[in-house]
Amino acid sequence: MASSAIAPALPRPLGAAPRPPARARLRRDARPFRVLPGFGLTLGYTLFYVCIIVLLPLSTAFVRSAQLGPVRFWDVVTTPRVLASLRLSFGAALLAALINAVFGVIIAWALTRMRFPGRRIFDAMIDLPFALPTAVAGIALTALYAPNGWIGRLLAPLGVRVAYTPLGVVVALAFVSLPFVVRTLQPVLGDLDREVEGAAETLGASRWQTFRWVVLPSIWPTLLTGSALGFSRALGEYGSVIFIAGNIPKVSEIAPLMIMIKLEQYQYSEATAIAVVMLLASFSLMFGINALQLWAQRRRHVR
Amino acid sequence: MIGRQQIPEELGRYSLLGVALLYLVVLVALPLLIVFFEAFTRGVVPYIASLLDSYALAAMRLTLLTAAISVPLNLTFGIAAAWAIAKFEFRGKNTLVTLIDVPFAISPVISGLIYVLMFGAQGWFGPWLIAHGIHIIFAVPGIILATTFVTFPFVARELIPLMQTQGNDEEETALSLGASGWQTFRLVTLPNIRWGLLYGVLLCNARAMGEFGAVSVVSGHIRGLTNTLPLHIEIMYSDYNYVGAFAAASILALLALVTLVAKSLLELRQPELRAGVARQA
Repeated sequence: MASSAIAPALPRPLGAAPRPPARARLRRDARPFRVLPGFGLTLGYTLFYVCIIVLLPLSTAFVRSAQLGPVRFWDVVTTPRVLASLRLSFGAALLAALINAVFGVIIAWALTRMRFPGRRIFDAMIDLPFALPTAVAGIALTALYAPNGWIGRLLAPLGVRVAYTPLGVVVALAFVSLPFVVRTLQPVLGDLDREVEGAAETLGASRWQTFRWVVLPSIWPTLLTGSALGFSRALGEYGSVIFIAGNIPKVSEIAPLMIMIKLEQYQYSEATAIAVVMLLASFSLMFGINALQLWAQRRRHVR
Repeated sequence: MIGRQQIPEELGRYSLLGVALLYLVVLVALPLLIVFFEAFTRGVVPYIASLLDSYALAAMRLTLLTAAISVPLNLTFGIAAAWAIAKFEFRGKNTLVTLIDVPFAISPVISGLIYVLMFGAQGWFGPWLIAHGIHIIFAVPGIILATTFVTFPFVARELIPLMQTQGNDEEETALSLGASGWQTFRLVTLPNIRWGLLYGVLLCNARAMGEFGAVSVVSGHIRGLTNTLPLHIEIMYSDYNYVGAFAAASILALLALVTLVAKSLLELRQPELRAGVARQA
């Protein structure tokens, strides 16, 4: 037994010096030489905590839905009411992400390129949807867009109803996902070389042409990342939506609310089946976003 | 020629600025304003009365208790995770970083659901817990667990990039000069990361006090016992007690404002902190 422990050291060619520790640290696969203490303790604690708080609870969802069996799972997920809620969640989140992609570019551009009074305050405002609890946002948006609210009153004569309709869901999701687009774009827009834009304009390009052919190509991986982050957040959003949505079955019920309804009826397996569909979507988005970020970073460094 | 072109150009710039600011005002500023407006529609006395209501006070107490437990838990975890991930190389590091992000990526309702599946009456540990008379779901421990899960990445996510850019040189110097591991951490690392640490704690706390979806699933909405402030808002609102709902909401909105101001001040002190915010997916 003891010999097997030292065996890996033997095949080294005679005369070859043992690898110096400093070099070993550069090699990823070799057991690295560590100067700083506490690696085992902190990594052990981290892994323990991640397992207890994240992995173990998360695995319950997959185990539970596996117990349901594929046929039953499919039946639950394709009920008209559940299907409608999934469609609304994905559709409204996508629409909100698209709206924010457009306005996010304008806002990020205004905040990085223009100097105007109150710029700092507007800049700080971007983070409000992060900081404001979702239930607060929910009742505030409902009060604004209800037919007698500040904005709802202006829209009512035009025949536009926002509160208690799917449109209300889009408004709430646009609110929660706005910071993601703006905050991912800002640093990139700030770093852009303005001389290239100036050159395009000197060569006779219009403002729009400059944006379309010079600015957009260099920001669009970042824009895509930010929108995907916003979409991912909007997809799972619950608190800000349920107040404004009105929650009419098959019309304005979102998927997280469907999970909640199933839970309240003690239909745990059904709730879990819907949750697994959402989880799979979230995880695919997470990996997609990671890949996008790597791509965007690489593009920025190449330029 | 130049003069004629410049006028529409300036016009274009300012109309874009107008669009940006209008969007921000309508979508972000008005909701904040209306919270305070609605809270005070009947005047100051009903506002204060609804905040001094015993259920409202119980909800505030539970919200403070929840944050007081889950924030330190995630702070300790955040420091440990950042130390392991930023200071050392090991296999599977990227996977671990991705795992830490999971609570940000999934729906808050699902975050609550998974704890019901673990500790609920029908859950994995349910029968055992019932046999021993331990209540987690529809009780305070469930609320704290769900909040801890939801706010779990904040501190770690802030510290990892910060400590990575700072490198190991200062710590290695301290060790070579004879400092112990703990001394190195306390006297070298901690002062370097203190603003990032505060920043993470700030965001973590804001979310812990404001979390709604996850807590809503595990709470059971028992007035005076398992209601946090955000849940109290929902109950008041569905009772058509709008002053009560918006009064409670105004407290949380104030918390959000204080958080934003503190966050902006920290960003002024250490601009690289800003970069982390966008990652809160």
